[in-house]
Amino acid sequence: MKQASCFLSTYAADVSGVCSALFELGGMTVMHDASGCNSTYSTHDEPRWYDCNSMVYVSALTETDAVLGGDETLIQEVAEAAAGLSPQFIALAGTPIPMITGTDFPAVAEILERRTGIPSFGFPTNSMNSYLSGAGMAFRALAERMVDRAAVKTAELSANILGFTPLDFSVNGSAESIRKRLEAGGFRVISSWAMGSSLEEIRRAGRASVNLVVSSSGLPAARRLRELFHTPYVVGIPYGERFSEMVVSDLKTAAYTGRSRVSYAAEPAPRQPETAVIGESVAAGSLARAVCAETGESAQVLCPLETCPEIFPPGGAKAPSEEDLAESLKPFKTVIADPLYRPVCPKDCRFVPLPHEAFSGRIFRKEIPNLTADFGAFLNMLSTK
Amino acid sequence: MLKSLSGRPDVPQVCVPIGSAPFPVPFASGLEYVPPARGVWNIVHVGMLIPEAHQIFVCAPGCLRGVVLTAAEMNASDRFSTVAIRESDVLEGGMESLIIEGVTDILNRLPSRPPAVLVFTSCIQHFMGCDLPLVYRTLRARFPGTAFADCYMTPILRKSGLTPDEMMRRQLYSLLEKRPLNSRSVSLIGNCFPTDESSELVRLIRESGFDLKDITLCKTYAEYQKMAESFLAISCCPAARAGGDALEKRLSQKHRYLPLSYSYREIEQNLHRLSGALGVPERDYSSAVSRAEAALRKARKVIGGCPVALDAAATPRPLSLSRLLCEHGFSVERIYADGFSPEEKADFEWLRKNRPEIRLYPVSRPEMRVLPRRTPGKTLAVGQKAAYFTGSSYFVNVVEGGGMYGFDGICRMAKKMTDAFLHEKDARSLIQMKGLGCDGCR
Repeated sequence: MKQASCFLSTYAADVSGVCSALFELGGMTVMHDASGCNSTYSTHDEPRWYDCNSMVYVSALTETDAVLGGDETLIQEVAEAAAGLSPQFIALAGTPIPMITGTDFPAVAEILERRTGIPSFGFPTNSMNSYLSGAGMAFRALAERMVDRAAVKTAELSANILGFTPLDFSVNGSAESIRKRLEAGGFRVISSWAMGSSLEEIRRAGRASVNLVVSSSGLPAARRLRELFHTPYVVGIPYGERFSEMVVSDLKTAAYTGRSRVSYAAEPAPRQPETAVIGESVAAGSLARAVCAETGESAQVLCPLETCPEIFPPGGAKAPSEEDLAESLKPFKTVIADPLYRPVCPKDCRFVPLPHEAFSGRIFRKEIPNLTADFGAFLNMLSTK
Repeated sequence: MLKSLSGRPDVPQVCVPIGSAPFPVPFASGLEYVPPARGVWNIVHVGMLIPEAHQIFVCAPGCLRGVVLTAAEMNASDRFSTVAIRESDVLEGGMESLIIEGVTDILNRLPSRPPAVLVFTSCIQHFMGCDLPLVYRTLRARFPGTAFADCYMTPILRKSGLTPDEMMRRQLYSLLEKRPLNSRSVSLIGNCFPTDESSELVRLIRESGFDLKDITLCKTYAEYQKMAESFLAISCCPAARAGGDALEKRLSQKHRYLPLSYSYREIEQNLHRLSGALGVPERDYSSAVSRAEAALRKARKVIGGCPVALDAAATPRPLSLSRLLCEHGFSVERIYADGFSPEEKADFEWLRKNRPEIRLYPVSRPEMRVLPRRTPGKTLAVGQKAAYFTGSSYFVNVVEGGGMYGFDGICRMAKKMTDAFLHEKDARSLIQMKGLGCDGCR
């Protein structure tokens, strides 16, 4: 059965994606749930929880509230908390029971905004989609509502980086390294969505000449910014010297031509690769391309998460279930994946661990590499393991 | 160093002096914050106490995430599986089939068939009116050699009858199969930790020639099943009380609820009730009282007037412990709790009258997220949340009473407080580990 997992973990959910995307921006995010989502988020999905006092809460929905209906309790309690805490914005995110009872989150947000005067968002998440979906909604909402529409493009090359959350990049300096790589390539970084930037910086995002999309969750915002500001985007993460140069070159081309592109797009390998990379489309696609650029060895991406044709790595395959994945992995001699995927890999394959916070949470956090700053160490591991 | 993201210059005032606080819930309900103190066991930790049992959760992926990673952090992923609910399952129905076929698929794919399976359903099945009796009948018919326990991850029902924690501790014993009672066998039920062997409770049972059974000591499923023969089931944790009542009804075991307390009188009453239930003479505990008094004096001498903060996750009776400490000269200044058990009414009243200045702080109120986590000087914290909110590295790392019971428990607590006062701990690392004391937990 596709939905049954004997051995595997599960990815962080959409509701965590919303919270993670908005965490550093001074807003108040409320998960509309009984309890549990908040604990899961703060324990497994949010490495910044201990050190940053971001206002992320749960509505503590009760059976009575759910059965009797009406969202007034939620609205009142959020408004009361907002009055005391003065957030920059309010975001509501749904979970399974509000989905069943049909909570209209955009409507609730609109009422809240009128009542509090604070910009408010309502996200119809339901804990049944991955973090990419939730973070994507949140980033798109920022693009829609928080970016200054009167922005004037900068004279120099400039960029926003879209799609940062610790779920994909942990807190090991990766986001900062990517930013530095762009700066080294001649770009002024206007904003990083949303690690390492304030809401004020994000408001200025319309000024950038190009956007770099570093995860699937950044794509909805990139598309909206293109509509609003005619800003083209490039999809890819600068891993390894050669592929990083390609990304930077693509950014410059996009800035000058106005045409968006996916940096890791290439013709599929002529023969079946011996290496598989399991992961999110943009990260896995970039990694496969970077490995190929440095070693000449191609790798196939197996994607267990939501994706779309535009950013799906060439020659890749979707593997949404444990059964699919186990079957797909059979021909490979080497598998690069989060350690919690080990139980479904062929017993005789070479397993190269690449922990992914969105999958294994905090368990292997200390072992998550900064592939932008130190791709060489990863290549060494790949060649010697 | 805490990084402020709210930009607020002022500090909200959320505490209330106990002298003017209402009981049992001092604070208004509303949005909730969860502090990163994670030592309290969750339903996965508790369920893993049944040796050799396999857990299968049937929930939305977002709800699965916390439990699947709990199992992974316990290094117990081989005893844990999931069935993910998708939107189509909710919109198109067929929830019963999803559970039956999902569990069947997993059991057929596991390397070996477990003797028992805990199937956890969630709020969704509750709201959809899923026919769970049909589900379990079908599974039992398909797998006659396997015992199935219906377990629940239904936080939405936490204010509707039994809490999920109470249900879990009840269902933990639901797989015990009725057998003839053994008049020399006694079970301690519902605890996460073994009760200290040096406690008067355990000593009374063992020294009277009874065989003591405790799920925390069971190594095999067969050992677990032998708990069914006990003629007496003792619960000490409030959340275990419903489980004891269920055993009394289903297996005809006598249930005695002997709650953890720090009141000499209540401890002695509980031990005398145990003597009565065992049919043995009541013991004289005056020397045990003397030892507790000496231990508290000794601790007070070291700790002096250092402010003490406690939390309600450290022990089910934070007010009883606070009262004991106040009566022995300790400077209890703060108690962190969203509410109290009705069992604590008398201690609350005593504190209100005698120490009205003690500040009660909520744990979950939204303001607690932005309240500075420090105190003016050194604070001795009892419990992880007290340590977190006071920013103290001097703390007793304990949840749910820590297996300490009776006069002996007071001696041990006094010793732990002294040790905590003298030696700093790495609070940041220690309190973020899930399931304090659980085998294999990170």
